[in-house]
Amino acid sequence: MFKQVFLFIALLAFAVNVAACATPTAAPTSAPVKVVETKVVEQTKVVEKVVEKVITPTPGPAAPKPGSIVINGAGASFPYPLYSRWFFEFAYVNPAIRVNYNPIGSGGGISQITAKTVEFGGSDAPMTDAEYDKAKGVQMFPIVAGPVVPVYNIKDDAGKMITATLKFPATALGDIYLGKIAKWNDPVLVSANPGVTLPAKDIKVIVRADSSGTTYTFTDYLAASNPEYKTKMGGANKLPKWLPSTLAGNQNPGVTALVQNTDGAIGYVEISFAKEGKLPYGSVQNKAGEYIIATREGVQAAMADFGNDLGDKLVASIVNGPSKTTYPISTYTYLMIYMDQTDCVKGKAMFEFFKWAMSPDGDKFAASLDYVPLPDAVQKLVEAKLSKVTCQGKPF
Amino acid sequence: MAVATSQFTLKEIKHRLRHGDTIFDALTLIAGSLALLTVLAIGWQLWQESHLTRQAFGWELIFSADWDPYGDKFGALPFIYGTLQTSLLALVIALPLGLGISIFLAELATPWLSRTLGFLVELLAAVPSVIYGLWGVYVFAPTIVKPIGETLNSIAGFIPLFAGSVSPQYSRLAASLILAVMILPTISAVSRDVFQAIPRAQREAALALGATHWEMIWQVLIPYGLSGILGAVILGLGRALGETMAVTMVIGNNYNLTASILEPGSTMSAIIASQFGEASSIDLFRSALIEIGLILFFITLVLNLFARLLVWRVARRVPSEMRV
Repeated sequence: MFKQVFLFIALLAFAVNVAACATPTAAPTSAPVKVVETKVVEQTKVVEKVVEKVITPTPGPAAPKPGSIVINGAGASFPYPLYSRWFFEFAYVNPAIRVNYNPIGSGGGISQITAKTVEFGGSDAPMTDAEYDKAKGVQMFPIVAGPVVPVYNIKDDAGKMITATLKFPATALGDIYLGKIAKWNDPVLVSANPGVTLPAKDIKVIVRADSSGTTYTFTDYLAASNPEYKTKMGGANKLPKWLPSTLAGNQNPGVTALVQNTDGAIGYVEISFAKEGKLPYGSVQNKAGEYIIATREGVQAAMADFGNDLGDKLVASIVNGPSKTTYPISTYTYLMIYMDQTDCVKGKAMFEFFKWAMSPDGDKFAASLDYVPLPDAVQKLVEAKLSKVTCQGKPF
Repeated sequence: MAVATSQFTLKEIKHRLRHGDTIFDALTLIAGSLALLTVLAIGWQLWQESHLTRQAFGWELIFSADWDPYGDKFGALPFIYGTLQTSLLALVIALPLGLGISIFLAELATPWLSRTLGFLVELLAAVPSVIYGLWGVYVFAPTIVKPIGETLNSIAGFIPLFAGSVSPQYSRLAASLILAVMILPTISAVSRDVFQAIPRAQREAALALGATHWEMIWQVLIPYGLSGILGAVILGLGRALGETMAVTMVIGNNYNLTASILEPGSTMSAIIASQFGEASSIDLFRSALIEIGLILFFITLVLNLFARLLVWRVARRVPSEMRV
C-alpha cells in the first residue's frame, strides 16, 4: 500500500516536472516573437538616423539584422572598462555587429586566440616567441595606453590615513618589493617626502595572485629602474615568485580591497581602481630624476619616448622612458587578430570596429576613462598594418 | 512466485508496464548510474589531462614547496597543507558550536524559538560564498580575525603554529574562521534532524533512570545519533575542502610553505581559481593545476571513504549497546 502511494507520488512529481519544463518553453515561443519584431523596426530606424549623421562606408545590401554578426574576444582585464564602453557605443554606429569580450586575463587571451576559439584576443603583455610559434599569423596591435600606479594605505601615529601624494625615488619601489626597504620611515622614503611624517610601521607588500598584465608592466618597471631587482628577480614577469611575506589579491579589485583594509600596505593597480577605491597613489621618480604623478601627459610622454621603435611586431615596452615629463610605469594594451581572416563577414566587421575605435570617435571614450589614445606616429603604424589584413588571402 | 516469473508472457509485461514499475526502476537506475559515471568521468579526465606534470615531476609535485610557474617549478605542498589545515581547523571550531546549536534547537528551545532559529541557521547555508568572501575581506578579517590573531601571537607566539605576524587578518586563520562560519549551518542543521529523529522512548528511559538533562544528552542522545552526526561532519568537511571563493579572498594567496596559521597561505582550490585563467596558455602550468585538482579529488574521496567506514562501524556498534 505504502509503496504504491510512494510510486504514485514519484510519478506525479515526474509528471509535474515534465509539465514545468514544457510550459516555459512553450509560452515564450509565441510571445517574444512580436517583441523581437518591434525591436527590429525600432532599431533600424535608429540605424537610418545614425547613417545620415555619421560618415559610414557604403550602406550595403539591405541593412542586415541587428546583432546578426557576433564577434567574440577574450583577454586582458586592464582595458575592459574601455572595451565594454566601445562595444556599447559601436552598437549605435553599426547595429548589425555585436562584440563580446570576456576579461579573463592576458594569458587567457593569448591562449584563446591561439586556439581560435575567439576572433580577437586582448593582452597587456607582448607575446613570447614560443607563443608566436604556436599562433602563426597572429598580429598584435597597440590600442591604447595607461598607467599602473603604486597605491598605499598608511595610518599615521594618530591613526589618521595619510592622503598626501608620496614620492617614490627611482629605486625605492624595487627595494620595497625586494624587502630591502621594510619600514615606512626608512631614510630613503623620509628624505624624499619632507612634508610627511611617516610612521615606524612595517610595509605590507601586496601583489596580484593571478598572473596578470598589470604585474608584467609593474615588474617591467621595477627591473628597468632597479638593477638589483633585475639580478635577483629577473625581468618583466606576469607571475613572479615574490618575497615570502607578500599578500596577494585576485585581479585589480582584490588588490584594492587588501590595500584598503591593511594598515601599512602598498600595492599596484590600474589607475581607475585607485580612484574608485579612494586610495592615494604616489608619484614616481622617472629616469630624468623628476617626480611624476600618473596623468595623460605622463603616459603620452612615455609613448613618445618609444613611439618610433615598435618594430614589425608592433610591440614595445614603454616603462622608464628618458623624457623629463614621462610617467615611468606605463603600458600599451594590445588586441590580437590573425592577419589572414577565415570568416570574411566577421573579419570585415572586426576591421570596421577597429577602425572606428582608433578614430577620434573612439578616442573620445578612451580619454574619458583614463586611457590614453595612441600618438599619431603609432596610430599610422597601426593603420598601415591593419590595412594589410586579408580574408582568405584577398584584401577586403 | 516461481510460477509468476516463469510465465513471463505479454500479459505479464503489459501488467508490469501499466503499473509503471519497470519504467520507474529503469529511470532510477539511469539516475543512479549517472552519478557514478560522472565521478568516474571526472577522475579519468583529471588523470588524463595531468599526464604532462605526472610524467615530468612524479611525486615531486606533492612533496615540493616551490611554486614558480614561469620558472617551471610546480610544488603543491603549500596548497595541500593549506587545504588540510584550514579545513580541519574549521571543523574543530565548527563541530562543538554546531552540536551546541543542534542540541539547543532539538532539545532545549521552545518550539517557536526552535523553528525561528532553525530557519535562520538554514538561511546561513544559503548565502553564496562570494558574499562570505566580501564580508570577510571588508569586515570579518580586519575587525574580528585581526585581534584574535594578534592575541594568539602574543600569548603563544613561541609555538610555530602561532608564530609570525605579517598579517594576522589575512591568513590561514581568517580562512579557517570563515570556513567555520560556512560549515556551521550544515553541521547544526543535519545534526538537529538527527536528534529530532531519536525516538522519545530513549529520552524517557534515560530520564526515568534518574539521568539529568545533561546526562541524557551526553550519554544517550549523542551516542545514539553518532552516525548521523558523523554524516554531518562529512558534509561540513566536504564543503570546507572544496570552498574556493571565500577562502581565496581572505587567505592572502601566499605560495610559501609556513607552518603558522597566522601567516598568509593558499589552498588547492584557491590556487586553481586564481591562476587557471592564465594557465591555459602554458601546457605544463595547466597540467600542474589539473593535477592539483586530481589530488584534491583524491583527498576528498579518501576522507569520504574513511568517514563512511567510521559511520558504518559506529552504526553497527551503537544499537546493540543501546539495547543493553
